[in-house]
Amino acid sequence: METEKNNTPLVTVAVGGAAGDGIKEGGLHLSEIVQHIGCYVYMTPEYPSLIRGGHNYARLTYGDHPVHADHSMLDVIIATNAESVLLHRDGLKNDAVIFIDSPYAEHLKEISQNIVSLPMSEAAKEAGAPHAAGPSVGVGAYCYFAGLSREESEGIFGKVFGDILGGITMNVALALRGYDAAKASGLTPRLVFPIQNTDTQTGVLLEGNKAVALGFLSAGLEFFVGYPMTPASSILHFLAKESAKGKIKVIHPEDEITVINMALGIAYAGKRVAVSTATGGLALMQETFSLAGVSETPIALAISSRQGPATGAATRTSQGDLRFVISSGHGEFPRVVIAPGDPEEAFMAGQIALNFAWKFQTPAIVLLDKQLSESYQTSTVPSGNTEVTPHKKASGGEYLRYQYADDGVSPLAFPGTSNTKVKATSYEHDEFGIASDESDTVRAMQDKRWKKMEGIRSDARHFDTVKVYGDSSAKTAVLFWGSTKGPVLEAAAMIDTPLRLVQVLWMEPFPEEEVAKALDGADQIIDVEVNHNAQLAGLLREKTGIMCDEKILKYDARPFDPATLAKELQDKLKIS
Amino acid sequence: MTMELATHSKISWCPGCPNNQILVAFRKAVTEMCEAGTLKEENIVASAGVGCHAKILDYLNMNTFNALHGRSIPPIEGMKAANPSLTVVAFSGDGDSYSEGLSHLIHSAQRNSDINVFIHDNQIFALTTGQATATSPKGFKGLTRPTGSIEDPIDPLRMMMNAGATFVARTYAGEMGKTKDIMKAAMAHKGMSFIDIAQPCITFFDTRDFYKDNIAWLPEDHDVTNLDAAYHATKQSDGKIPMGIFYQVLKPTFEEQL
Repeated sequence: METEKNNTPLVTVAVGGAAGDGIKEGGLHLSEIVQHIGCYVYMTPEYPSLIRGGHNYARLTYGDHPVHADHSMLDVIIATNAESVLLHRDGLKNDAVIFIDSPYAEHLKEISQNIVSLPMSEAAKEAGAPHAAGPSVGVGAYCYFAGLSREESEGIFGKVFGDILGGITMNVALALRGYDAAKASGLTPRLVFPIQNTDTQTGVLLEGNKAVALGFLSAGLEFFVGYPMTPASSILHFLAKESAKGKIKVIHPEDEITVINMALGIAYAGKRVAVSTATGGLALMQETFSLAGVSETPIALAISSRQGPATGAATRTSQGDLRFVISSGHGEFPRVVIAPGDPEEAFMAGQIALNFAWKFQTPAIVLLDKQLSESYQTSTVPSGNTEVTPHKKASGGEYLRYQYADDGVSPLAFPGTSNTKVKATSYEHDEFGIASDESDTVRAMQDKRWKKMEGIRSDARHFDTVKVYGDSSAKTAVLFWGSTKGPVLEAAAMIDTPLRLVQVLWMEPFPEEEVAKALDGADQIIDVEVNHNAQLAGLLREKTGIMCDEKILKYDARPFDPATLAKELQDKLKIS
Repeated sequence: MTMELATHSKISWCPGCPNNQILVAFRKAVTEMCEAGTLKEENIVASAGVGCHAKILDYLNMNTFNALHGRSIPPIEGMKAANPSLTVVAFSGDGDSYSEGLSHLIHSAQRNSDINVFIHDNQIFALTTGQATATSPKGFKGLTRPTGSIEDPIDPLRMMMNAGATFVARTYAGEMGKTKDIMKAAMAHKGMSFIDIAQPCITFFDTRDFYKDNIAWLPEDHDVTNLDAAYHATKQSDGKIPMGIFYQVLKPTFEEQL
């Protein structure tokens, strides 16, 4: 149990083992279970770039209030092998309990006295379940430890075990076997949170990737095109599943260049489309991103950042691509870039991106990172939250695809419309869409496209472009963006000094006035980012002239740990 | 019914360039199909990549999408998926789709997307004033290898048969009537239709005299449904260049199954 300054307890659990052991599923099941006992959870799966073996683990932190980030020291580890326990050895609290698959229990005796041997692999084998169902035994044991009755546990198991890893009945049986084994071991339950009504959950377990996909759907998504690349792949996987329900059509073509070019064809033909990839995939899409700009073709992109350069640390997180993403594509043209900090913001960002793309006929990016893409958080996304902003339609007369308009937005028509020729092009062009390099036309068309930025800025004000948490009049401001929001909010809760926490969500167009207002009167600005070059601090200075006084930067491909960040922030605070 | 398929754009191909003949053949093919009621004017979309071939879009008063170099194919695959009632044609060149964007050509055939790809094959990068492409003959002296190309050319027809195209043809730009008929057959075909159009570049690689003497149209009794026969028919032992529709079969299309 970790005690914050307000004495609110938090519990952190890891499920660990080899790739192929069902580690992530174990973490997901446990997360849903704690949501059933009135708690809020934050869950992160960590894995190396391989399919079998290696060390996989899922960490979850939960409490009776929303949790925004992972907390370091473990109260419990559920492990399918000894290696996982040994790797987490330094991260265990003194009274941590270790649930270990029976064959390895003997190896760990010298590490701790709180070892509970569970027949994970044996029970799975006996039940005829896949090996990866083993962690369900640990999940069941955990329920006993958390103080749930056997009856309550069985009821929740029936709800959280879906149609995976051998099916629901088999996993319920495995979990009950774990429950009984934990009880028989003589372990004393540790009732951190009183058990509430177990029928309902505190929210839905949502990760950034699924959230952004739901956001796209809520804005009328009709087509999705993607090529798998960690950490963006699960957007494609989730929407592929949705397509099987007949809601949308999903295409996985030969490469990222095809992805975005196909998507432009889909949008040109009149269907709302989005694509997703990692920042490396966006690098491949650069020339076509520029084509979207000049041809004024609506497209939304979900881009997830991972540690680069190049292949980098492929399955690990980074905020090192902010400058690259906002500068995407050669040539100058308007675009929207929104960087959400949690799944609820990712949902809204997906909705806004697709709607802005269609309203302003220009590309719109949602910038995520591995930490946000693949971490799960108890979230509230209203199920009826749909918002489909219409595009400007042609109203008869000779159709000019690139007609000069006061707001820069030319009416949009699609092929298949009688007496209408829709001419889109990668060349600079006249109003009809015929290539032109005449100086007057080149200048006028750029002016037309840039006029759209006024509308984008104006509409952006209806949304949170900047958010302020904590004490908005505090003299010390902490500046951050993206998934770093979580560790900053958690770290701030551990610090007694009042802090003004300023999150920038919109990166393009940059909300100069809103950021300046949020930072107004601060004596000290501390920038916190997961990159080497403090890219947001640089952008802030470029756009507003405001300089950050201190920087806390992390570039080891891992997110901030709240407790460590709290200490670093304390060290930077001006002594007043 | 009269169709005005010309635009206000001035034609900027070299005077006498066979691209003009491809343009005329295509306009005629579209006009005849529209007049016959097999195609609606508003339902046709033409795309192009970048190169001399791509200028054709500016001279066509119809729905067009001028893509990037090598990327004329993926956008029309997207269009066809989004609106199956469209007839989509990608104009491309040998530099555009045999060099830069080759993967799209192969994969569109692999998935039998219901699209049409017409390659203006002049065996040279012409717009950039004369470098070897994937179909330039070995020994071709271009700006990037003045002593002569050291690479063997690819064989587009056999490549496309291997890839899964369901309509494979070759024609000569100078034979406008035949080109028009083959274009019409391609557009009427349901599935991935591929036409390699031999198009001499009269400025950098003038092959007009060669083609005048060396075209061999396929015999009437050529079996277009036999892949082996089609494969072997693409080459002749006497060095003449066989032309016509080599291969045509029906298979489920990508869009039907999507």
